[in-house]
Amino acid sequence: MPDGAPPILEVRDLRTVFRLRSGDVHAVNGVSFDLREGELLGVVGESGSGKSVTMMSLLGLLPSPPAEVLGGPVTFEGKDLLRAGPEAMRAVRGGRIGFVFQDPMTSLNPVFTVGFQIMEPLRKHLGLGKRQARARAAELLALVGIPDAGRRLDDYPHQFSGGMRQRVMIAIALACDPKVLIADEPTTALDVTIQAQIIELMQELRQKMGMAVIWITHDLGVIAGIADRVIVMYGGQIVEHAPVDALFANPRHPYTQALLTTVPKVQGERVRRLAVIDGQPPILGQFPDECTFRDRCPYAFDVCHRLNPQRYPVGEGHDAACFLNDPGLAPQRPVLEVVDG
Amino acid sequence: MLTFTIRRLVLAIPTLLFIALVIFLLLDMAPGDPMADQPLTIPPEVREEMRRALGLDQPVYVRFGLWLYQFFVVEPLVVIDHLFGTAYSAGQARVISWQFKSPVMDIIVQRLPQTLWVVGSAYMLGVLIAIPIGIVSAVRQYSVFDQIGTFISMVGFSVPTFFTGVLLIVIFSVNLGWFPSIYDTQLRVTDWSSFGQQVRQMALPVFVLALFNAAQISRYMRASMLDNMTQDYVRTARAKGMDERTVVLRHVLRNSMIPVVTVIALGVPSVFGGAIITEQVFKVNGLGALLITAINANDLPMVQTLTFIFAVLIVLFNLVADVLYGILDPRIRYD
Repeated sequence: MPDGAPPILEVRDLRTVFRLRSGDVHAVNGVSFDLREGELLGVVGESGSGKSVTMMSLLGLLPSPPAEVLGGPVTFEGKDLLRAGPEAMRAVRGGRIGFVFQDPMTSLNPVFTVGFQIMEPLRKHLGLGKRQARARAAELLALVGIPDAGRRLDDYPHQFSGGMRQRVMIAIALACDPKVLIADEPTTALDVTIQAQIIELMQELRQKMGMAVIWITHDLGVIAGIADRVIVMYGGQIVEHAPVDALFANPRHPYTQALLTTVPKVQGERVRRLAVIDGQPPILGQFPDECTFRDRCPYAFDVCHRLNPQRYPVGEGHDAACFLNDPGLAPQRPVLEVVDG
Repeated sequence: MLTFTIRRLVLAIPTLLFIALVIFLLLDMAPGDPMADQPLTIPPEVREEMRRALGLDQPVYVRFGLWLYQFFVVEPLVVIDHLFGTAYSAGQARVISWQFKSPVMDIIVQRLPQTLWVVGSAYMLGVLIAIPIGIVSAVRQYSVFDQIGTFISMVGFSVPTFFTGVLLIVIFSVNLGWFPSIYDTQLRVTDWSSFGQQVRQMALPVFVLALFNAAQISRYMRASMLDNMTQDYVRTARAKGMDERTVVLRHVLRNSMIPVVTVIALGVPSVFGGAIITEQVFKVNGLGALLITAINANDLPMVQTLTFIFAVLIVLFNLVADVLYGILDPRIRYD
């Protein structure tokens, strides 16, 4: 594991299984990572790779049943979140760890005013009175760049645009000055100009408030611009983990390489067809004993069908879960396609 | 909202006039003769004289116009006279029941309390039972409580009230003798013992109707809660660290009540309409029973007036439902 600032969130061997009537689905399969103070950790992967489920498992946000969160520990501020009681968990959620969701259009309660929804965590976690909470809510709205904040507290979510609603969501997540902010595809549902504004806002707030951010996305362009470190997820596992520059310059997992080739290039000759990765991420009925990417991997060889690769260290703070990085196993080093990074 | 309400009320006038006309024409065209229960020995000319006394020799539009005048002008004047001791309605003919030979509205006012007591309290009780059951069933979906609740509401909903009514009479009146099987309209509540008697005679019909109403509304409530519990804003509320109680009873409930309140409001006119069958089974002398006897006796003014009052209530409570919708759901603005 890489060095640097001390980790504030340590996740070890997190596993999440959905016990459905149609059978078990193993959505998160032994995920381990650290989040350091003040850093921005990007989490990428295509839909269904387990990014969101991992983060929701940490905070106990998955409905149980059917979800069952195993493994751990998940250490945050000296506590194991997976074994903390529901009351302790609630104090962490919204209080110490804020969450911003993907779709701002549906993530706010339509029948309560925006002010009320921002004041709720303030009153619960910080024990503020009505008047103080309202003053703080107005500050927060102003902080996330909503003009005329004091007056807009009494407006309902439908009176805000999508981008404005996402700003409100961010205000709610930041209300209690959390140590960690988890942003689950916060810009996916927004159009590109608004996306840029929200990203800029988050960057600015991160510097101002000094919190660590976990940013889930499938947009590699966003990650390249803002992340310090990146985790690439596939099949509910971390397949590659690297500082952002190393990841783009020297991807060591075939999945990461494939992901990078799917990003259309602005310069150079225009390709006739956009590059795609054939097939879909697997739905795992049991804990994977072999490489989850083998069916879509152009380099797969015999070992890949028998064993699930461990995460091989390949550089400074850089590891990849692929047998190609095992000098004793790999038949030959494939020629890595160089991607403009 | 006020403009909307006023506009809707004004728009309701032509609707109601049209409904009145349709009812009137339907009753006029329906077979049956108000003289049918008179002895056959009455000579035809006397019979004709009697028809003329009832105004039946007049053309339809005259009779309809007269009814409109009596219903919308004379009857309100009577109410004003009654309240303020004035005499505006003196000498004006009111809507007279052919069967009772006395003003229709007086009879309705006599019958209304029975209906409101029995059917009204059954409706309120039904709603009060249904909402918590719906909430708990949704929160603990597929639990034992939910299964039992589902079973009881299926029974309550699908077994007709004339069956449950008679069944309860057999069990609790005939075999156990706990409750009377016949509702005593003459009973006046003056002291504790007569109050107890009133409660006992209300118990069975209220239970039958409350079961039926609760069955229906609890299903709506459950479905509406389930719809909302999977919404994103519920996850947001949890992510804010709200406890389950707050999440369910504040965030989910407030949203779930919107359609349910509409259903409840739309059901209120049926309370005034009386529960025709249940009133028959328990011999409650309410509006439902009144309508049935009026139909049997070809008492057209009574049928016309009662039906029209139900129509007014339905239109009115549709409006109430819309207004409530606007109050509960900030996304809906009528102005």
